[in-house]
Parts: sequence; structure tokens; C-alpha cells
Amino acid sequence: MSAIAFWGAVELGLIYGFVAVGVYLAFRVLDFPDLTVDGSFPLGAAIAAVTITAGWDPWLACLLAAFGGAACGIVTAFLNVRFGILNLLASILTMIALFSVNLRVMGRPNMAVFNRETVITPFYDLGLPDHVVRPLVLSVLVLVTVLVLARFLASDFGLAMRAAGANQRMARANGVDVGRQIYAGMAISNALTGIGGALFAQVAGFADVTSGVGTIVVGLAAVIVGETLFRTRALFIALLACVIGSVIYRVAVQLALSADFLFLRASDLNLVTAVLVALALILPRLRSRKVVAQ
Amino acid sequence: MIIVEDLHVTFNPGSPLERRAVRGVGLTLGEGEFATVIGSNGAGKSTLLAAIAGDVIPQKGHIRIGERDVTREAPAKRAARVARVFQDPLAGSCADLSIEENLALAAMRGSRRGFGLALRAERRKLLRERVAELGLGLEGRMGDRMGLLSGGQRQALALVMATLAGAEVLLLDEHTAALDPGMAEFVAELTQRLVTAHRLTTLMVTHSMRQALDLGTRTIMLHEGRIVLDISGEKRRSMTVDGLVDMFRRVRGGEELDDDALRIG
Repeated sequence: MSAIAFWGAVELGLIYGFVAVGVYLAFRVLDFPDLTVDGSFPLGAAIAAVTITAGWDPWLACLLAAFGGAACGIVTAFLNVRFGILNLLASILTMIALFSVNLRVMGRPNMAVFNRETVITPFYDLGLPDHVVRPLVLSVLVLVTVLVLARFLASDFGLAMRAAGANQRMARANGVDVGRQIYAGMAISNALTGIGGALFAQVAGFADVTSGVGTIVVGLAAVIVGETLFRTRALFIALLACVIGSVIYRVAVQLALSADFLFLRASDLNLVTAVLVALALILPRLRSRKVVAQ
Repeated sequence: MIIVEDLHVTFNPGSPLERRAVRGVGLTLGEGEFATVIGSNGAGKSTLLAAIAGDVIPQKGHIRIGERDVTREAPAKRAARVARVFQDPLAGSCADLSIEENLALAAMRGSRRGFGLALRAERRKLLRERVAELGLGLEGRMGDRMGLLSGGQRQALALVMATLAGAEVLLLDEHTAALDPGMAEFVAELTQRLVTAHRLTTLMVTHSMRQALDLGTRTIMLHEGRIVLDISGEKRRSMTVDGLVDMFRRVRGGEELDDDALRIG
């Protein structure tokens, strides 16, 4: 694997770090299996591609992508909280709808974002090689996000969100409006995913309506890798572990794809990811079953 | 103060599974009054508590807490004034959160939760003091996961949590039933102490006739969704466990009491 391929993998891992943190918030904190991200990621990319191509500020593009993502999360939460639709199904409905919405936003299935001002371009003047600047800037962005999110979860409001996900009855008995927490958590989770999509469009140079397929699985893979490596209850470390898990996942995939003896092609990526995540979900169960059997 | 007027709760109304759990209960508990509630399975004890807490909405009747009619208010909304401890020690706290996080969550019951640190220094100090008062040595384990504690420790902390945010009403649903005898006694004593100290208007459901007479100032017996016995003062002081068991048997229409635990507990 070349240095450029390595840094490219790190870069992608950092971008999906936003997704991983969002997935952590939905899956782990709120206990809400949320497939909305498969739609909110390409929505973020689409919003960024359209606005940046129209000459808007790239930071504003990220902000709008965050709002777009948040809106998706709120729709899913609305279906679940207000009408009692099963959480998984509610998120699938939003995801399917977003495919059409994303086509509308871009007006076509894909869009290039070449030679435009992005959030990265000002930093190319630092004198470092471009393929190093990108991961560097992205790490700073994701680190700030993780810090803010960890602080949020440590607040009274964030604590209520964690309780709402862990024990609804107890949360209600302590005056937590569980529905409101689901709205807020889903909005934040998908806003982060939307930002991830917006950064993806800027760094990869394109937005594509199909780029969202399997976002949830990749995010979950990152969360699981992170949890395996860092067994901790410290919020900041747990969130950072998701990002690191995301980077490790991308580097591992890059390694697997560039190892000729494995006969893997880029198109095998989804299969490999699904198998890895399935294994990661199955292994802890097998282990605990053994303990019970004894 | 709790005022319950002509309360009716029916589950699955109009269906073959229809069950009239509470059929016209009227009850007034003065401020700081501590009543124990007994009755056989299906008598409506838990349903009465659930209606006061807001988990079930009654078909008919009114529930007032203080001056306010809360009959249809959401549980989270009335939680500011109603604290609860459940029978299942796992239900009243979050296993994955630390002791102090659980307490911090309870301390904000009824207040607007903002973005200030949940575990700010002065609050941690206060919570630590409250836990130290228990005398269980848990003040040195404030950062431990709640899930690491025994059922009794969790119930004791659940009682502390119930008294942190200045509730008016405390609802206890057989909160000592799942504990070993020693811990059950400790939690019962703690209950009496905290209820008195915080002047909480309390309803405690129990299966133990002993507890029903020893704790609080008033004993209520429910049967088939109605109040069949309501004693306090001198009448209650002269009541014995055996007397209560006899009453219990009589309201059940001579059914044999198959549960000796009632007498012993």
C-alpha cells in the first residue's frame, strides 16, 4: 500500500468518523437502530455539492448539510415517537424517501465538485503535501466535534438522553421526556452524518445518490472496532474510539484490497464489511453463551 | 396531598380481555401522611399507584396532587411532584450509568435540564453527602456503575433519588419485596426515616402484613378494585398481624389463605 493510498484511507476513515459518532449516539446512547443515515449521508453530500457549485461558502454548505441531516432525523423520530412506528421501520421509510429527495436536491444522480473552494483548500498553502493536509484538517474537525459531543453528553440534558436510551421507565419516572430526547438525539446523530456527507463531497470531489448505501453498516463497524479496542466508560474516549475505529476499518479495508493474494476487488467491499460486522456482532454472543453453558 | 375521587381503571375495555382493575376508589391523603396498601393479587394496588404516577389514564374519576388536577398529565410532567420506587431494583436506576450520574439525573427531576455539567463539583459534594448518610459505604464508590450494586443497595439509592428533588408524593410499589430479609428491613427503616424527614405524602404497596402495620400511620386494604379497609390511629395501633390476616381472609370470602408469607413477612 502506497503512502497516498494509506493517507487516502485515513482521510476517508476520518470523514466516516462523523458518521461513526452519529451512529454511536443513535445505536448506543439512544438504543435506536437508525437506518436514516443511509439517506442523510448522501443528502449532506448533495447539499454541499449544490451549494458549493453555486459558489456558496463551503462552511455554510456544511452547516446546511447538518440542518438537512437533522431534519431527516426529526422525520424518523416523528414517525417513531408520534405514531409509534417501529424505530427500524421508521428509519427505513425516511431512508427510502430520501433517495427521491436527494435526486431532487441535485437534479441528477451525481455531481462533480471539482476546482471549487472547499473547507480544505485554504490549508493547502501550509506547505505540506496535499494528501497529508486533508487528514490533518479533518482530524482537527472531528476532534472538535468529539469534544463538543462529549461535553454535551456530560450535561444535564445529555445525561437525560443517556438515561432515556438505557431505561425509559426510569427516565420517565425522573421527569425525562423520552420522546423529546429521541427527537434531539436523532437530529444530532443525522446532523453529524450530514456533515460527514458534506465533507465527503468536498474531499472526494463528487456527490452521488447511491453513496449512502451501507453507511449504517460502515458506521456500526467503526463503533464496534472502537469498542473492542477501548473498553471504557469515559465519554470522550468512547467517542474518540468510534473515530479511531472508523480509521482502522478503512485502513484494514485498503490493506485487504491491496493484498493481491486475497483476490479481493473493490466491488467486494460491501460483502467484506457485512461479514465483518456480522462476525463482530456474533462473537460476543457466542462467548456469553459459553459462560452460561458452564 | 393526594386526593383520589371515584377512580375507575379498566384494561382492554369492551374486549373479551376486559379487566376492571380499579372500581371506584376514593382516597384522601393529607400532606405528609404515610399509608400502606395491602390486598391480594389483582386487587388494584399497583394500578392505583400507576394511575397516580400517570402510567395509566383512568376511564373515570379525578386525581389531584396538592391543588392540581393531574388525572391526564403525562408521567414525565408530574414527575416533578411524584417520586417513585419500583419493586424491581433494576427498574429504578440505569445500570450503565454511575451511582452519581443516576443521582444527578434524579436531582433534576422536574427542573429544566440545560447544558451545564451534570456532575459539577458542588452537586457531586451534595450527592456524596446524601449517599454517606445511608451508612452503606457507597460514598466511596460514586463512580461505580449502578449495575455493580446489589438489589438492596440499588433500592436504598432509589429512595435517596426519590427524595433529591423535593417531591411532594412518594409512591412505593413493593420496593422491599425483591430483597433479602436483612436488606428489606434496612430499606423499610430508611423509608420511614426519609418519609418523615421530607414530609412526603406516601403510598406504599406491600405484601408484608407486618410492614403494613409497622410503617406509616394508616393502612388501606384493597379488594377487587375497591377499598375494603382503611384504618389509622387507635384502631390501627390495636390491630395485630393476625387480625389483619383474618380481615384479609374475610374479604376474600372465606378463601383459604394459601400464602403463609403474608403472616410471617
